[in-house]
Amino acid sequence: MRDRENTVRLEARSSISTIAPLIAGLTAIFFTLAVCGLLVLWAKADVASAYVAIYEGALGSRFAITETFTRATPLMLTGLAAAVAFRARLYNIGAEGQLYMGAIAAVAASVVMTNDAGELALPTSLAFLLMIAAGALAGAALLIVPTLLKTKFKVDEVVTTLLLNFIALLFVSLLLDGPLKDPSAMGWPQSPTLLSDLEFSKLVERGRVHTGLLFAIGLALVLSFVIRYTSFGLAMRAVGANDRAAAFAGIGVNATLIKVAFISGALAGLAGVGEVAGRAGYVTLDMSPGYGYSGIVIAMLAGLSPIGVILAALFVGGTIVGADAMSRSVNVPTYIADVIVATALIAVLVASLLTRYRIVWRAKTAAKR
Amino acid sequence: MNELLSLLVDSSFWVAVLRIATPLIFGTLGVLLCERAGVLNLGIEGIMVAGAFIGWLTVHSGAGLWGGVLAAAFVGGLLGALHALLVVRLPLSQHVAGLGITLFATSLSYFAYRVLFPKVDSPPKIEAFSEMSWLPIPVLAEQTPLTLLAVLLVPAIWYVLYRTPLGLALRAVGESPHAVEAQGIDVVRLRSGPVIAGSALMGVAGSFLTLAAFNSFFFNMVNGRGWICVALVVFASWRPGKALIGALLFAFFDAAQLRLQQAGGGLLPYQLYLMLPYVLSIVALVLVARKAAYPQALMKPYVKGTR
Repeated sequence: MRDRENTVRLEARSSISTIAPLIAGLTAIFFTLAVCGLLVLWAKADVASAYVAIYEGALGSRFAITETFTRATPLMLTGLAAAVAFRARLYNIGAEGQLYMGAIAAVAASVVMTNDAGELALPTSLAFLLMIAAGALAGAALLIVPTLLKTKFKVDEVVTTLLLNFIALLFVSLLLDGPLKDPSAMGWPQSPTLLSDLEFSKLVERGRVHTGLLFAIGLALVLSFVIRYTSFGLAMRAVGANDRAAAFAGIGVNATLIKVAFISGALAGLAGVGEVAGRAGYVTLDMSPGYGYSGIVIAMLAGLSPIGVILAALFVGGTIVGADAMSRSVNVPTYIADVIVATALIAVLVASLLTRYRIVWRAKTAAKR
Repeated sequence: MNELLSLLVDSSFWVAVLRIATPLIFGTLGVLLCERAGVLNLGIEGIMVAGAFIGWLTVHSGAGLWGGVLAAAFVGGLLGALHALLVVRLPLSQHVAGLGITLFATSLSYFAYRVLFPKVDSPPKIEAFSEMSWLPIPVLAEQTPLTLLAVLLVPAIWYVLYRTPLGLALRAVGESPHAVEAQGIDVVRLRSGPVIAGSALMGVAGSFLTLAAFNSFFFNMVNGRGWICVALVVFASWRPGKALIGALLFAFFDAAQLRLQQAGGGLLPYQLYLMLPYVLSIVALVLVARKAAYPQALMKPYVKGTR
């Protein structure tokens, strides 16, 4: 292998100016809008009116805003699930499966707690708590398994959590064909409807936004506090930064990972509970358009900060809702939403990296180190 | 049990195994090249979608079938170059960049499909690869030339990895980029090359679905095959020969579950059969995990001049 000296290299910046992140963020947004604008042009639509239509569809009316918040609710929870896990470098790519497990567990809990007269057999508040616990535990269980495989047998969790998504979806499909089949649903795989006593209440009239939103925001605030100010939060960050150093400092790495897995899986499971109890009322096999995978994108856009997850989930939720509305009026395929989100992710990652490093261009002859 | 035994002597079963295995062989070899150079590439799922789409689109707009395969390889390589830019040139997280590329490539393919074919009820069909009936080898004769290419790639990649100076350098850069740097070799270029080549193979893996297995492009047609390849590479201990065995083994169970499902006559829910290959993949990962020889520098970004 013959070789020549690198002409480009990265150098860590010694100090980061306060406006650099702002400039980086704006550049990333501009870049995303420009790239996706070209795609809109390709679809033979007017760029300005397409973007206006997305904005109007996401935030332009009272209805649009409630839809954006409704869509952002599960995204906040799966975003938090990814943020918590990735902080500890537990690569949970299985939030999609965990969401479905949480959703089906909530319905199962409702069925189990229903008496012969079709009413709740338990006091409503207790039954409500049990439903939420069932969903959280089901989500957590699906992540604890690969985490134990990681800590006991050193099995890489990226692959196992990915594969468990498929297993979980098939398991839910099995239940929808068998014990949790809605007999009145004409052969379409659908679970029985949740008892109305267990539904989350709506936040506004004539809108679908539900109390799950407040629940998600509350959890983000709690997690933000836990990560910053508790010894568990410190252990979590230490394990994520350098697990060997953390072990040397006396932190139980495996125990921390199991706890993180419990929290992350439970959060994804709660996203499923919220979709059932707050929005749909029953489980179908297409209830999540990839909320679990979007959660990872959201966590990264937020720089793994729980508060940032709230904002990033609103951005992604708004983009999806806005693009849906836009594709009806301006006739650009709704898949543009995912292109916007993916481009924004890559642009934001690169931009934030460049606030920490500078690119140094060198002449080829300057070969000295 | 009898059904299982009768499967083993049924040549049409083995034809199905080899057909199911083909995209997995391409994909697993692609992942293997990337990971041997120290780069995890979770972009595979999206790169396969893009390869399936572009391969089909190229043939649909009048090019030959091999033109479609080349176009898929080219687009795969392009996405691989983007991944290399993000995680080799720039030290971004390999997990996140890969997932970002999967989302980007998948959504862009679906978007392009809808722009070009706004209102089609049934997806437009093409004339797919035909079987190699001229070949005097029993099961292989009923496959398309892409399967032959996939099988031949295994010794080719083995040869490059283990018998050439380039292969030695490539394996070294996945174990210790600093040692390679000390030899005066450019780590960025040495890592980017395999990522681009491996991603091109992932593109070809996708094109097999639209140009050989089916004759059209559907949404969700890749359906996790990319992730399976990421698992198969671990199972294969990052060795080309074992990658072939792993792909064939997975395809064996996938083909077997299909047959058993038909033979079982609804005795067990069909979902259990569908779960079988995924569950067995996880079991296989657990069995090999203890002695899994991960490339030492896998997932570790390399920034020149730092340790």
